[in-house]
Amino acid sequence: MQPLRKLGVLKLFLLAVTVGASAPVHAQSHPATAIAEGDVIQPAALVARLGDTAQPTPLVLQVGAHVLYVQGHIPGSQYVGAGSTPDGLKSLRARVSKLAKDFPIVLYCGCCPWSRCPNIGPAYEELRREGYRNVKALYIANDFGTDWVDHGYPVAQGE
Amino acid sequence: MTLVAASQEAIRRAVYTGVAALCWACGAGAADAGGTLLAPDFTRADLTSHRQRLSDYSGKVVLLSFWATWCEPCIGELATFSRWQSSYAKSGLQVIGIAMDDDAAAVRAAVRRYRVGYPVVLGDPDLGRLYGGVYGLPLNVLVDRAGRIVVRIQGEADAARLEQSIRSLLASDGR
Repeated sequence: MQPLRKLGVLKLFLLAVTVGASAPVHAQSHPATAIAEGDVIQPAALVARLGDTAQPTPLVLQVGAHVLYVQGHIPGSQYVGAGSTPDGLKSLRARVSKLAKDFPIVLYCGCCPWSRCPNIGPAYEELRREGYRNVKALYIANDFGTDWVDHGYPVAQGE
Repeated sequence: MTLVAASQEAIRRAVYTGVAALCWACGAGAADAGGTLLAPDFTRADLTSHRQRLSDYSGKVVLLSFWATWCEPCIGELATFSRWQSSYAKSGLQVIGIAMDDDAAAVRAAVRRYRVGYPVVLGDPDLGRLYGGVYGLPLNVLVDRAGRIVVRIQGEADAARLEQSIRSLLASDGR
């Protein structure tokens, strides 16, 4: 390989490393549509589950944007950070670190249509990779407003 | 229900119904004499530290574009809205981007990268609530020359349809 060509390849490599280190987790590598069907929960089913005192209450985590969470979120749910970012995934790991691997966890976002959500897929994959076996992803077809708020399901505001 | 809450609820219920129904009736709240929704005024500094106050654009058609850098459909709209801003500015269009990101640096980078051709302010929960709650993106709100909300589109906009609405409003004197 000629020296100039070698230099070009090296530059490309360094660029790729630099971009990869700072960029958000790429949603396309963990799309919501790749989540196993059995691990997806519908909004109505989650509402019923949260009202069912006979079962252990799942930990419900919002993995999208904080500014959207503050305006409206599922009562009792907690914000952990955007699943599309390394910081968000770090917060997610920290939040569940003391839970048993079979503890019921529900993740949701609702920032965007399900197939284009950058957060839910990476967050789900992260927990699966960490060994959590009872993780569900809330299916929000369009957005949290359309598929949760407009259906009259309970909503809390604030931090 | 308080007056303010009724207004927010009415704004939220306003959905895209096309050019033939540019105005719609609403309940109590921020309405003009004809019973149509008035866009709530707000003031925020844009990314260049210039004050953006909605009421300063009275007499213009305003497209409020709620978006975020992590929202793929939103990114797709940036170029379209920038083109409209350029094409229709002389006719009286003003696009204002409202970024609902948690990270201002990401917004600045995206505005540079995608060469956004209109002012962008950082959104916040208060501004979101003012417009009926921004629970998902993109969200586009079209305001006529009289300051009335005539279109509220939750989700990715049909660009051709939205542009037609804008052209209709630009051709009108707002009365």
